[in-house]
Amino acid sequence: MSALFRFHGGIHPPEFKALSNGTPIATPPLPARFAVPLSQHLGNPAKACVALGERVLAGQRIGDADGRISAAVHAPTSGVVSAIGPHAVAHPSGLLQDCIVIDSDGLDNWCAPSPLPNWQDAGDDEIRTFLRDMGVVGQGGAVFPTSLKLGVNTLEQLIVNGAECEPFISCDDRLMRERAGEIVDGIRIAAQLMRPRTVLIGIEDNKPEAITAMRAACAGSGFEVVAIPTLYPSGGAKQLIRILTGKKVPHGVRATDMGVQCFNVGTLYSLKRAMMDGEPVISRILTLSGDLARPGNIEARIGTPFAHLLAWAGIQPDSEGVIMGGPMMGFDLPSLEAGVSKASNCLIAKSRALFPPRPPALPCIRCGECASVCPAELQPMDLYWFAKAKDLGRAQEADLFDCIECGACSYVCPSQLPLVDFYKFAKDEIWAAERDKKAADRARMRHDFRQLRLERDKAEKAQRLAARATPAPASSAAPDPDKAAAIRAAMARAAEKKAEDSHAPAKTPLSDDAKRAAIEAAMTRAAANKAARESAVSTAAAPGDEAKRAAIEAAMARAAARKAAQGAAAGAEAGATPVAMPASPSQPKPAIDDAKRAAIEAAMARAAARKAEQGVEVGAASAAMPSQAKPAIDDAKRAAIEAAMARAAAKKAERDAAQKGDN
Amino acid sequence: MHAPYIARPSTVSVIMLKVLLALLPAIAVSVWFYGIALLVQLSLASATALLAEAAMLRLRGVPVAPFLKDGSALLTAWLLALSMPALGAWWLIVVATLFAIVVGKQLYGGLGNNPFNPAMVGFAVAMVSFPAQMAHWGMPHGPLDSAAQLAWIFSRELPAGLSLDAISMATPLDYLKTQLLLGGSDIASLKQAPMFGHIAGVGSEWVALAYLGGGLFLLQQRVISYQAPLAMLAGLTALAVPLWLWQPAHYVDPLFHLVAGATLLAAFFIVTDPVSGPTSARGKLIFGFGVGLLIYVIRVFGGYPDAAAFAVLLMNIAVPLIDQLTRPPAFGKRKRTKKAGQHA
Amino acid sequence: MSGFLTALAIMAALAILLGAILGFASVRFRVEADPLVDKIDAILPQTQCGQCSFPGCRPYAEAIAGGEADINQCPPGGEDGIRKLAELLGVDFKPFDEGAIEVKPKSVALIDETTCIGCTLCIQACPVDAIVGAAKQMHTIIASECTGCELCLPPCPVDCIQMVPVGTTVANWKWSYPVIPIKAVKA
Repeated sequence: MSALFRFHGGIHPPEFKALSNGTPIATPPLPARFAVPLSQHLGNPAKACVALGERVLAGQRIGDADGRISAAVHAPTSGVVSAIGPHAVAHPSGLLQDCIVIDSDGLDNWCAPSPLPNWQDAGDDEIRTFLRDMGVVGQGGAVFPTSLKLGVNTLEQLIVNGAECEPFISCDDRLMRERAGEIVDGIRIAAQLMRPRTVLIGIEDNKPEAITAMRAACAGSGFEVVAIPTLYPSGGAKQLIRILTGKKVPHGVRATDMGVQCFNVGTLYSLKRAMMDGEPVISRILTLSGDLARPGNIEARIGTPFAHLLAWAGIQPDSEGVIMGGPMMGFDLPSLEAGVSKASNCLIAKSRALFPPRPPALPCIRCGECASVCPAELQPMDLYWFAKAKDLGRAQEADLFDCIECGACSYVCPSQLPLVDFYKFAKDEIWAAERDKKAADRARMRHDFRQLRLERDKAEKAQRLAARATPAPASSAAPDPDKAAAIRAAMARAAEKKAEDSHAPAKTPLSDDAKRAAIEAAMTRAAANKAARESAVSTAAAPGDEAKRAAIEAAMARAAARKAAQGAAAGAEAGATPVAMPASPSQPKPAIDDAKRAAIEAAMARAAARKAEQGVEVGAASAAMPSQAKPAIDDAKRAAIEAAMARAAAKKAERDAAQKGDN
Repeated sequence: MHAPYIARPSTVSVIMLKVLLALLPAIAVSVWFYGIALLVQLSLASATALLAEAAMLRLRGVPVAPFLKDGSALLTAWLLALSMPALGAWWLIVVATLFAIVVGKQLYGGLGNNPFNPAMVGFAVAMVSFPAQMAHWGMPHGPLDSAAQLAWIFSRELPAGLSLDAISMATPLDYLKTQLLLGGSDIASLKQAPMFGHIAGVGSEWVALAYLGGGLFLLQQRVISYQAPLAMLAGLTALAVPLWLWQPAHYVDPLFHLVAGATLLAAFFIVTDPVSGPTSARGKLIFGFGVGLLIYVIRVFGGYPDAAAFAVLLMNIAVPLIDQLTRPPAFGKRKRTKKAGQHA
Repeated sequence: MSGFLTALAIMAALAILLGAILGFASVRFRVEADPLVDKIDAILPQTQCGQCSFPGCRPYAEAIAGGEADINQCPPGGEDGIRKLAELLGVDFKPFDEGAIEVKPKSVALIDETTCIGCTLCIQACPVDAIVGAAKQMHTIIASECTGCELCLPPCPVDCIQMVPVGTTVANWKWSYPVIPIKAVKA
């Protein structure tokens, strides 16, 4: 028996578990119509892969995972796809989301199961893909795709979450009592893949039957079932990890980085069903409780409309709305037409007797009761104060995002304040501000670039006009070199333009050195440009020695420019890495600003270089010195290519940084 | 209505009611020693507080009933009445209460928004404005009967043959301060004066004991936490002990300081005020300790015989700073995050 | 007299000392401030719509910094934007002029693809290059890049562009500010 640790705070709300945990898991009759949401998991919604009117079998994949953070969805029964599109879902906003509606044919025919019999020998990737395609996601509440959590094999402890601390909910309790064997099989799979030193199964001591059942099923396996004191929210992953291992996983740190990973018992059960039985996640255990004639737990098919289940359980006429989830963290179901999703763990029919309205709220008296129960060790009254004043910056400084929204603070608040609502409001506002800021930054960059492009085009046009207006005394004598030079210049331009176009939306984090080098390059090029233009003019007036000298000067300036550009490229390569490495949230902003400025400067430099080229063209044509013009243009071209390469490298580094930031 | 859908049935009113309840023993002991004058003062203060609160709530356009029912105004009134001399004139307590409620509380935004303890604001105003009136402390089982006390409070009329000196006396703290300032003899002989009892003031030491009892009740009920009271008593002791050991003839013993004056009232009923105090455990320790130190400093070296009100008000000023510096790190974090991305 | 001189000397010495400390601090702890224009530009919403009568957000930022423009000329920024500008510049909040400018919900342009004749005029008008297309080819708008500036509306010869308000989806839905009944002020 390992020693237990305490997390800070916690509360003892009335449990109400006896309402639903006395009867075995039932199977209600299937409804005529299912609404399967495409987004039942964290990350990208699945992409529908069936057509309207298509016949599907139970267990058939109807939505493919879209990207890495996503999971597939499957048909809960056999029937016909009758609609694909917006439909009511279990979301507090009441907004519609894409669902696949299936009209049952009443036969419930299954497609052939496709287990992964050789999973012990399968590679990491194969298992991940398999789990993603079987739609296995965390069933504790966060619905994080399980495929992304498996596969780390440097684990110290594997935590199995059977705490189920929220009042009313008893689905995990019943699952552990009745299907302990399959859960333990699931644990075996996870343990085999992740190779933890110990496996700890945490169950709150208010579920003695579940503890007994799990202990019996774990006999001889080496897994340890730990009875933990009943204290809300011990079922939170971070809190349970703390209780069982003493480790505190802070916000923004992955549990695996601290050698521990946590799975809900329901997740492990569906993992076993997928791996060993080849059954995708098309059902889950769901508690029906509250103001019902027959409360209890059921195995509900995904997509079953809530109204169907509640009618089956005998919802009382006096009930006032339905809570999805537990009474501490759940929300009012905006529509009972929505279907069961993988996150649905409990439905509570509200009644005035069970949930008397809260007394009217009074101002915060700073009694500190909220801080004393906060499991995230925050100062909720400060967060409330900042959120109420819409002082989002300070709310964030006060670690708003460490809040797990467990509701303990609001539960104990003598002033009856809806504290969690304020935190949710503040968090959403901060996210929205972040989105707006990103959009504005992107718009600014695109606008700046466009301004630059317009100026460049204008300058180019002016140059072309000037070139055409220039009397060309030697043009008839040397048409070929002129043409060749022009073609080469055009090619260089095209190459550059291509590089630029692909570069436009990218942000290039350049170091100061690179920036300075770019500026120097631009200045040198500008000088070259000027010299070239002068040479062109003077050539027109008096072709001969003077023109030659000017051309040589221009060539020298170009060489200098190229050198500078090379320096810039090197600087960019060297500078990009250190800037990109620390992908902390505070970093991107200045980096982007720098990058933006650098990008603009680089673009300006390019424009100047092109101008210089044109000048050279003119000079070359008028002076009829192909031997000199050719290498000069080659130089310019090479410089341009080098610059483009530098840009590409910088862009890549930036993308890496962005990816890291996203993770 | 949003989550959480269930809540603990504890309200601000319940908290305030418990605090009022905890004051009852002290009130009973006071009345036993000093007569009904205190009850008169309590009634005056309560009526004034409730009327002032209701009027201010109306003026501010805030619903009156729920805020009157929260009991916070009543608590302020009681604390004020208990800290003022029971034989003070009727207008003294009325002015002090008015100031406490109107300026000390409502002008700052009412319940939950006052940076200073309202009762102490009222007390300090009375103390500064009417120092002579504030010295009319009665003597235990004094010569005035109930009717005479009423007459004295409302009309300043004394029964024939009695002078002001005959019905009131200096508090032990006041007496010590005056005598020591006059270069008087040592503590041991001063303590022979009639106003001294076993430990501190005769009679008042029993009231102090009742405050201690009430405070323990609040601790047991988890209405208050132990940090602030303990730290305050510790702060007072921390200065009192060394100085007493150094010159026992000139500095009175620590036990006297702990029991005398408003020490225990302040420790369990004033520094534990959540609104004007810090919120974190560490903050409460700092706050309480600071109050304790200041009480001693003002009592011994300052111009006022007792100092709880000033000490508390001074530390109230420091509360925002204390709160900011003592905010504990979030779950699993070492330090507080400095600036995680500023948002305007 | 000597007392007066002493006091004078002490005050003078104090002034010199404090001045030296302040001077040192201003050099030692100097904060390199962003240029004002950048700060203003960071607050502006970057729609580049020109409703402020300047050709883009940055010119408007420059005008504000130069004292040539008022802070209440940016409808897309909303009153919130004015408030932020007022705070940054240390001036009073100033509401939009009466009826001068209407604040609209955030919208993006949408091209009716059956009507579009591929004239490229809107492409040239778009300040953020959010329209793709070529001559005589149908154009379309990159909705995620569109700032809703409406500058593409007037040049369109066939009026095939309309502004579509950005609706609320589950992805951008926000919890609203909690309503506490007790806070309601009596009428």
